[in-house]
Amino acid sequence: MKRARWTGWAAGKWAAGGALVCLVGVGAFLGMAHRSGLPAVPPPKAADFPAEMLTRGAALAAIGDCIVCHTADGGVAYAGGRALATPFGTLYSTNITPDPETGIGGWSKEAFKRAMRDGVSRDGRHLYPALPYDHYRQVHDGDLDAIYVFLMSRPAASAPAKANELIFPLGFRPLLAGWKLLFLHQEDFAPRPDRDAEWNRGAYLAEGLGHCSGCHSPRNIAGAEKTGSDAYSGGVAEGWMAPALNGSSPSAVPWTADSLFTYLRTGVDGRHGAAAGPMGPVVHGLSRAPEADVRAIATYIASLSADRASKAPAAADRAAEAARTNPAGATLFAGACAGCHEGGAPMMTEGRPGLSTVTALQLDRPDNAIRAILQGIHAPTGPAGPAMPPFAASLTDTQVADLAAYLRSRFSDRPAWTALETAAATVRKEESQP
Amino acid sequence: MTVTITVNGADHALDVDPATPLLYVLRDDLELNGAKYGCGLGQCGACTVHIDGKPAFSCLTPVGAVAGRRIRTVEGLGSAEAPGLLQQAFETEQAAQCGYCIAGMLMRAQALLDRNPDPDEAQIRAHMQTNLCRCGTHMRILRAIRRAVAMRKGVQAAQEIRP
Amino acid sequence: MNPILSPLSRRGFLTGGALVVSFALAPRAFAQLAGGGEGGAGPAVVAPDLKGSLKSAPWLDAWIRIDADGRATVFTGKVELGQGIRTALIQVAAEELDIPPAAVTLVTADTERTPDEGLTAGSHSMQDSGTAIQNAAANVRMLLAAEAAKIWDLPVGQVSTGGDGRLRAPDGRTLSYGEVAARLSLHVQAVPDAPLRKPSDYRTLGRALPRVDIPAKLTGGAAYLHDMRLPGMLHARVVRGPSVGTGLQSPDLDTVARMPGVVKIVRQGGFLAVVAERQWTAIQALRHLQRAAYARAAQPPLPADGSGDAVAATLKALPARDIAIMDTSDPVGPAVRSVKARYTRPWISHGSIGPSCAIAQYMDGTMTVWTHSQGTFDVRRVVAELVGLPPEKVHAIHAEGAGCYGQNGADDVAADAAVIARALPGRPIRLQWMREQEFGWEPLGPGMMTELEAELGADNRIVSWRHAVWSNPHNNRPVGAGGVLAGNEADPPFPAPEGKPIPMPEGDGSRNSNPLYSFANTHVVYHFLKDMPARVSALRSLGAHLNVFSIESMLDELAAAAGIDPLAIRLDHMRDERAREVMQAAADRFGWPKRVKGDGRHGCGMAFARYKNLGAYCAVAMEVEIDRETGRTMVRRAVAAVDCGQPANPDSVRNQIEGGLVQSLSWTGREAVRFAPDRRASFDWSSYPILRFDDVPGSVEVVVMDRPGAPFLGTAEAAQGPSAAALANAIANATGVRLRDMPLSPDRLKAALGPV
Ligand code: FES
Ligand code: FES
Repeated sequence: MKRARWTGWAAGKWAAGGALVCLVGVGAFLGMAHRSGLPAVPPPKAADFPAEMLTRGAALAAIGDCIVCHTADGGVAYAGGRALATPFGTLYSTNITPDPETGIGGWSKEAFKRAMRDGVSRDGRHLYPALPYDHYRQVHDGDLDAIYVFLMSRPAASAPAKANELIFPLGFRPLLAGWKLLFLHQEDFAPRPDRDAEWNRGAYLAEGLGHCSGCHSPRNIAGAEKTGSDAYSGGVAEGWMAPALNGSSPSAVPWTADSLFTYLRTGVDGRHGAAAGPMGPVVHGLSRAPEADVRAIATYIASLSADRASKAPAAADRAAEAARTNPAGATLFAGACAGCHEGGAPMMTEGRPGLSTVTALQLDRPDNAIRAILQGIHAPTGPAGPAMPPFAASLTDTQVADLAAYLRSRFSDRPAWTALETAAATVRKEESQP
Repeated sequence: MTVTITVNGADHALDVDPATPLLYVLRDDLELNGAKYGCGLGQCGACTVHIDGKPAFSCLTPVGAVAGRRIRTVEGLGSAEAPGLLQQAFETEQAAQCGYCIAGMLMRAQALLDRNPDPDEAQIRAHMQTNLCRCGTHMRILRAIRRAVAMRKGVQAAQEIRP
Repeated sequence: MNPILSPLSRRGFLTGGALVVSFALAPRAFAQLAGGGEGGAGPAVVAPDLKGSLKSAPWLDAWIRIDADGRATVFTGKVELGQGIRTALIQVAAEELDIPPAAVTLVTADTERTPDEGLTAGSHSMQDSGTAIQNAAANVRMLLAAEAAKIWDLPVGQVSTGGDGRLRAPDGRTLSYGEVAARLSLHVQAVPDAPLRKPSDYRTLGRALPRVDIPAKLTGGAAYLHDMRLPGMLHARVVRGPSVGTGLQSPDLDTVARMPGVVKIVRQGGFLAVVAERQWTAIQALRHLQRAAYARAAQPPLPADGSGDAVAATLKALPARDIAIMDTSDPVGPAVRSVKARYTRPWISHGSIGPSCAIAQYMDGTMTVWTHSQGTFDVRRVVAELVGLPPEKVHAIHAEGAGCYGQNGADDVAADAAVIARALPGRPIRLQWMREQEFGWEPLGPGMMTELEAELGADNRIVSWRHAVWSNPHNNRPVGAGGVLAGNEADPPFPAPEGKPIPMPEGDGSRNSNPLYSFANTHVVYHFLKDMPARVSALRSLGAHLNVFSIESMLDELAAAAGIDPLAIRLDHMRDERAREVMQAAADRFGWPKRVKGDGRHGCGMAFARYKNLGAYCAVAMEVEIDRETGRTMVRRAVAAVDCGQPANPDSVRNQIEGGLVQSLSWTGREAVRFAPDRRASFDWSSYPILRFDDVPGSVEVVVMDRPGAPFLGTAEAAQGPSAAALANAIANATGVRLRDMPLSPDRLKAALGPV
């Protein structure tokens, strides 16, 4: 079952220590925890929506991927109810259709913008940073207006919020005021005059609505993104490694704006692999967003690792040596993987990525490779697209470990992975808990 | 190299390359017709068998990987003379056109019923998603699975379980 | 394990049975026969006053043999494709012989045993073979009764049958069929007027008997050619470039020749195959050879990829031969409204779930080929020419494959296997194509376009109707070595023959372009395009898929423009009573008058066609729900009504219509073969997705009209066109957006809907 991308605190490191930091913050600033409610307003009428604003709002919503988190499996679009599994319990996304009772029908533009920027609901309650308001606060006023208009033009659906299931004491929302005080810094997006318009557009979208660093940056103990030189140095989302996008990018072949564009648009690039795990829904949104905006994002993100573009390591494929050191893995590969990933396989003929350039095999940790093997990969952009079947039923943890070791030794020059069997067991356990 | 596998309760010692996909061993060495070659890519489900009770693509399962594990094929569900409950339900619903996909469908569906004896319609559809049928027999396959659920509950009246 | 291809062994056939005096088939001829209605070669008509395929094979012993124990063996030139024909023909024979169906053994197409009935295609099997067997059986029963009357010295009118394989005298005496048959020769020609059993007396026909082929398919029995294992059998894989028209540049044969288990590399001209003891070895050898670079031979460009405009541009760039299909002129009043529209369909893959397979064995100067081709006798002709044997030295036998829906790789793979077997005398060769080979090499269903223009008068009657259709030939069935890939690769090559249109009333690209409705001033033209940018041939329903889609979409466009109910505009223009009844039956079961009204997200649509205007009548109504955020269309429920004359087996009819409807939703809503500049880019199910369980309708109901004793009308393809149009009409009703270019995919609908 596909699970939602967990963008907020998904680092998984927010242990009790993090909670304590918050509690301290809250103790000191409880007074600030209170935010006033804003009055309910009658929902705006469809006729009030200028067509241009609707179109723009739709495009921006696709980049922000609102629909993914705010739609339950098989549920009504934007009516919420999607379970967001976190290390702290389960959050349920809320109904953002214009239903006056259960959705945001009674929200004024101001209430909406306050939620997007300050993480405060119309009624004054603090919102969990699963909604990445730390990023959205950089979004221009006019763009937030367009998204507001777009959401208000969706059909209203009555869908009451589901109660979150969080560990004590995180269900107590005023605690969030402390978190915000510590980690939510007012920062407007400032264009860089030394960069061209496309780059700046890309930066604006990626840092704001796209909230790329939400996954691709490490987080501190309280689940807040690290910034500065740590930004884009790689993070974790839903148990998947979100690879570094800065100069420490582990990809076998450096990213270019073109290859990133192809990847973001189609979910697969011939020299980096296929979008898997939580990246799938991102690509789903971007495949439907305006092409120029996706190009801009690609330009900006590629620039983050520009300093490594010159040192392109040769892609490795040491089949004979790997078979000697990992004969069990080689046998498994021949029977389970070669039909797609070996030379002469139809997929190779058709220009899908060869394993020597797939980033999952170049990362320091084996998690992504193991997850892809056990869980498979869903085609992100629709029924046509790169997909991989899951092997959880046919391969044991030992076999997954053998296979991963073989893949690493054959297709990467980097050090061998360790504790593979434990890693496989961990992923498998998590999968079997629905 | 000798690999010993257990298929439908019987052990077979085979002299094969352990990389050989289970599908070809079942079909060519054990002469079992149930699992079919449809794509060899894990995309269609025609080759579905159970490995330790879970549905798996035999086309992508190296036989060496399943030595000593329990393999079940459609032949293990019953025979033409003594069909299993799910096979009976498919027969009653005449749930086949060319039938090439059907053994895989049966194994896929059986795995669901083994885990959840009373799945609802959405669960059945979601679970069967993995398997392709080109003849468009889907509606009958769904009916047959519903029928098997009802048969298990002892409801016999066909009319009641038609949508 | 023994291959079980039919319950009757060849040996048993040759030695058994009292009535097989000599085996009489019609003179071999290469004339076009109605058989299949989709080209191919077929036998000549020698007895035009007989019915169905008796016209070309009038001798009774070509069809029916009665054993001494009273069992009947029935021979048909048609084949089981998953459509249930085996059971239906057994029912027909049992009914007219008046014996239990269990006493009938059916032998399907075999060049040494059964009549040549041309192709099993075009929904012809019941019309051709069903009718022939029905009349042949009636003849046999008549002869048996006459003989019994002679024995008993009674007037023939006093001899009756009771459904148990015995003849009865009024005084209670009985004789078994076996006893009587032993005194008879069936080497006599059928007469046209042997009395048929009365529908009111039917014991077997018209009943939903369980299909005889299903139990083996549910239990892993030997049900398919793919399941045959002959002693000493070897496994082969044929090696070509990734799609038709490409070739591998320098495959590494040396390494493969040294692979343990590889028996032989067969290379003749441009043909290359590898043969091994084990299937897995053959596949690994194939993969190794496929590492070679490939190149596309100089030939016209492949179709442009993508939109309806691209399909139209590709087709319009080809030189056309214009064939007038229909031209009427009637005095009418002035038009008050007119609608003009273009509709397109991209290239579509047959996409059988099981890639094509064949077994061939060359021994003692004779080639035996087991094939799941729709044209068993054509396979003999093709193979004979290809390997240079006289046709009587080639024995082609049908064995079931996966559902095929037209000319997929079955004929090619049979020819491939024969070439390999010729190079390895003695050993049976099993060859199965790989998934990507089936996608890359099979002939596709052609891309097509239509332009329609219709005018409505003040009284809401259609005062003019123009329909132009552009299409490649759908009829490239191989009748000689040039029609298969191995033939084109031979040295010197057998050139691919030019495609020819199939004349109306069957038609190919023109099929169903002539509306059954009574429109004034109807002008229909077929722009036949013989030059093919992609390899194409017959796909279930041929041109009817797009032609019916176009006609039935246009009717709704007119109805919407004039504010007429879609059912009313159809009934107002339909004089054929059975057509009206089918539409009404579908509408009644659907609850058409009380249907959900189009509200932006929900809506209903209907459509109708009589297949080829000669076959079954089929009307389809469906209700859809649209997810406007994603453009996804969910069919909530669908109802079809079908009139196929006397249904031999109503449940098989339902099965065919349900299946056709779901398949058509997949074609129409999802499918398009993708093309790169140098190859087909669809090579697997991820690059050619078809409908899965989450997208099939909530429910499908089929009403089978009761037409006791009415002539059989072909059913298997009847749902393709109406289902396609009903989907488009329902989407238009729900959203106000008219999609005219297939596939009516979520992306296209979303783009048309815009953000709102
Ligand atoms: S044959 Fe194994 S999934 Fe298709
Ligand atoms: S019944 Fe033919 S593929 Fe499913």
